[in-house]
Amino acid sequence: MQFSGRRQKIVRLTGDRQADLYPHSLQFYGQPPTENISLSEFETFAVDRLKLLKTVENLGVSYVKTSDQYATKLEGEFRKLHFPYRVETDEKSLDTEYDKRRKDHISHFILRLAYCQTEDLRRWFIQQEMDLFRYRFHILTKEPAHDFLKFNNLHYESISDEEKNTLKEELIHSSYGFSGPKVEEHDFYKVPFQDALDLVRGRKVYLREGLAYIPHQEIVAIVLNDFRTRLSKALAITARSLPEVQSDERLQPLLNHLSHAYVGQDYSIQKNIGKISLEQIDPFSTKSYPLCMRQLHKALRENHHLRHGGRMQYGLFLKGIGLTLEQALQFWRSEFIKGKVDADKFDKTYAYSIRHSFGKEGKRTDYTPYSCMKIILSNPPSQGDHHGCPFRHSDPELLKQKLQSYKIHTNGISQVLDLVKGMHYHLACQKYFELTHSVDDCGFSLNHPNQYFVESQRILNGGREIKTEVTQNETPQQIPTNPAPKSATAPEENAAKTKGATKDAGCK
Amino acid sequence: MSYEYDQASLPDLLPLYYRRLFPFSQYFRWLNYGGVTKNYFQNREFSFTLKDDIYVRYQCFNNQSELEKELQKMNPYKIDIGAVYSHRPSQHNTVKSGTFQALEKELVFDIDMTDYDDVRNCCSAAEICSKCWTLMTIAIRILDRALKEDFGFKHRLWVYSGRRGVHCWVCDEAARKLSQSARAAVAEYLSAVKGGEEAIKKVQLSDPIHPFIKESLKVLEHYFEDYALVNQDILGSKESIDKVLALLPEDILFKGSPLDLLQNDFLKVKTAAQRWEYLKKRVHQMQGSLKKAVYGDWDIMFQYCYPRLDTNVSKGVNHLLKSPFSVHPKTGRVSVPIDLKLLDEFDPFAVPTISLICQELDKALEGDEEANDKENEGELEQKRRVRDYKKTSLAKYMKVFEQFVEKMEQSWKGELLKKSDQQKDF
Repeated sequence: MQFSGRRQKIVRLTGDRQADLYPHSLQFYGQPPTENISLSEFETFAVDRLKLLKTVENLGVSYVKTSDQYATKLEGEFRKLHFPYRVETDEKSLDTEYDKRRKDHISHFILRLAYCQTEDLRRWFIQQEMDLFRYRFHILTKEPAHDFLKFNNLHYESISDEEKNTLKEELIHSSYGFSGPKVEEHDFYKVPFQDALDLVRGRKVYLREGLAYIPHQEIVAIVLNDFRTRLSKALAITARSLPEVQSDERLQPLLNHLSHAYVGQDYSIQKNIGKISLEQIDPFSTKSYPLCMRQLHKALRENHHLRHGGRMQYGLFLKGIGLTLEQALQFWRSEFIKGKVDADKFDKTYAYSIRHSFGKEGKRTDYTPYSCMKIILSNPPSQGDHHGCPFRHSDPELLKQKLQSYKIHTNGISQVLDLVKGMHYHLACQKYFELTHSVDDCGFSLNHPNQYFVESQRILNGGREIKTEVTQNETPQQIPTNPAPKSATAPEENAAKTKGATKDAGCK
Repeated sequence: MSYEYDQASLPDLLPLYYRRLFPFSQYFRWLNYGGVTKNYFQNREFSFTLKDDIYVRYQCFNNQSELEKELQKMNPYKIDIGAVYSHRPSQHNTVKSGTFQALEKELVFDIDMTDYDDVRNCCSAAEICSKCWTLMTIAIRILDRALKEDFGFKHRLWVYSGRRGVHCWVCDEAARKLSQSARAAVAEYLSAVKGGEEAIKKVQLSDPIHPFIKESLKVLEHYFEDYALVNQDILGSKESIDKVLALLPEDILFKGSPLDLLQNDFLKVKTAAQRWEYLKKRVHQMQGSLKKAVYGDWDIMFQYCYPRLDTNVSKGVNHLLKSPFSVHPKTGRVSVPIDLKLLDEFDPFAVPTISLICQELDKALEGDEEANDKENEGELEQKRRVRDYKKTSLAKYMKVFEQFVEKMEQSWKGELLKKSDQQKDF
């Protein structure tokens, strides 16, 4: 793959790795991968790339794309998720680099399947892939950049000094910010005007005989344009062959969920299993539960019953905070028999489904607790239901009364209601957290009820300073920007991935 | 008199026109593009507007002969040319949904005089006169230069629409293959006047002044005095002066001298040319004290004279545009090519109407009858047609068309040979 100049020997890739397949740290994704991969690699690759793209999205919102912080954070994510970004010249890492580039290649094509289906999904995917590409191209130095372009048949002819001199006046006046000396200094390229439409459209480039004269720094814009066009076409083609792909049962669930996937921690592995006792549940519900779960618990206590949606949402949450199967069975049984259900019936019907949700029955999927996104977007409550997100699904008046009954002061309540009005449900819940814990800033970006619980417990049990750094990301589908510290209550992301129980990627 | 055009006579005139005068030969040679691409002519959409405003789309023809027969049968009032599609247009309903697509079409522009109503003093709406016709001359000069020098397009046909505007057909292969977004980008590049009814100031030039603007300015300066200052008299009355001054930034107007005073100064100066000089001087004086470069006088020139094109016409690959040599039903005038070498002399009112050329043809035939009867027999329809239009006022316009097609043919000759060599097709 690369000849090392320092030492005289030729370094080779090991195993099945094909030399020349991935000569650069980035690519145009022109050819789909043709090898076989396992389902678990398929899933891991897809989820990892999705995390990468979501990071790209969030960083792009919070930082200027040319800033150092953007670069540092993005590069950190590349390393963490094993994606390529820089030309690595260390021979020892040839194999690793190859693997990263292969992952990059395959994961891109998998995500195409998930993101080609609607206009919105395509637009999102193209935007993030473009930003990703832009960064990786931007950090290439002149020679690798030139090689990369040449390899991809993008020939941008640079103009001679003579020609530059002849056209000096025109070049100065067609590019904003270009003085005489600057024109002399910089390279200019001639490209067919069809390849520089954005510049032509805004009359920001000198045109002659159908050729656009572009300063070097604008070449990136051209290349990006090319990238976008290719990807857009490819997605349209992919969409046409999608029905065939979707009929494959192994892929269908993953592909369906990828485009809605929550990719933060899914709280499916609990390190605190068995560390919670049933007596703690009532006080937890008023102190550390998010409003949705508090509401469900209260309804359960009052009615001695919950309908299916509520049982799922609350039941999985309880699993997430550390209830064992035995505790769960005891909990639900003792409540239900206070109502209209007799012990026998409980054991025959409800017990089965509780065991099912713990992965002890049927197809043995260990279901994961619902994220906020899932609760807000799917299965809205109807008459008689208590599940859902109160900020999203409750009538504002009723919500107000409820908050008043929880002794939250009026000022706080109106702040919450304002956020609800603006449809910022996550922020409303965060505000609820702040009001009930008497802190100015909750210090985290909320997207999972179990996360709420964990954070709450952390504050109440001491041992954490209130973060002064504001987390700017206020969009839903947010990856928590502060990874869970190594405390007993925090589950581990990677373990969750390898378990295979995450087949559903946190959503059902 | 008998030369007067009357729409009611179209049903009588059109058959003669389509039989004896319409230039089928050159028309086919043009749209066939040398036969280099298979089915190019066959997959081209035409649309007809028939008597009583019946409109039919997706017309297509296998060859010149079919085209002739159909036109002679239908005698359309108006012909539009559309795109070259992926399939025979007549089969657009039978082809699988989504696969029937417009693939290529000439890059076209449509300049319509009504778009200048806010800056024309002499006429409005569908009317035109020799005074405002200069706007079309200016438009053609500016746009044609840019299409040729900036974009490198070699085969451009400018056509009088028959009533109040001009069209441009850019026929280069590269032009025909442009995507919708590329066409939009070209149209955008060529646009400088922006804003609808609500906007007062429609042009705002600022640094850096792009070479395209500089070149366009040269054209405007050439025509501005006669067109705007004299013919349109834009600085003649208080009302029109107000309109002009409304386009200047306030800093220029009010700095040191309130609006009224400025106007009075204007009226003191006698000739329009002098007033313009005065205005320019003021603008340049004020420029010194302003931070940003302001081109008040240029803005005015652009707003009053710069080409206003309808970008929607240019954008769509499948957009249908009136065909050259189609007759304009309202005026009877034939859509004739414009000779750019004689652009300043072009007179839309001298363009022949269908009734005129039919009259001329009848007269010529009468005269010839006895003399050439024998020679006429057995003569090819085509040859006869050529001799026919040469006897009418269409002659000089046909020549422009013939030259245009010939020039294109020279560029295809090489192509066809190359291709047949590759395919070993002899």
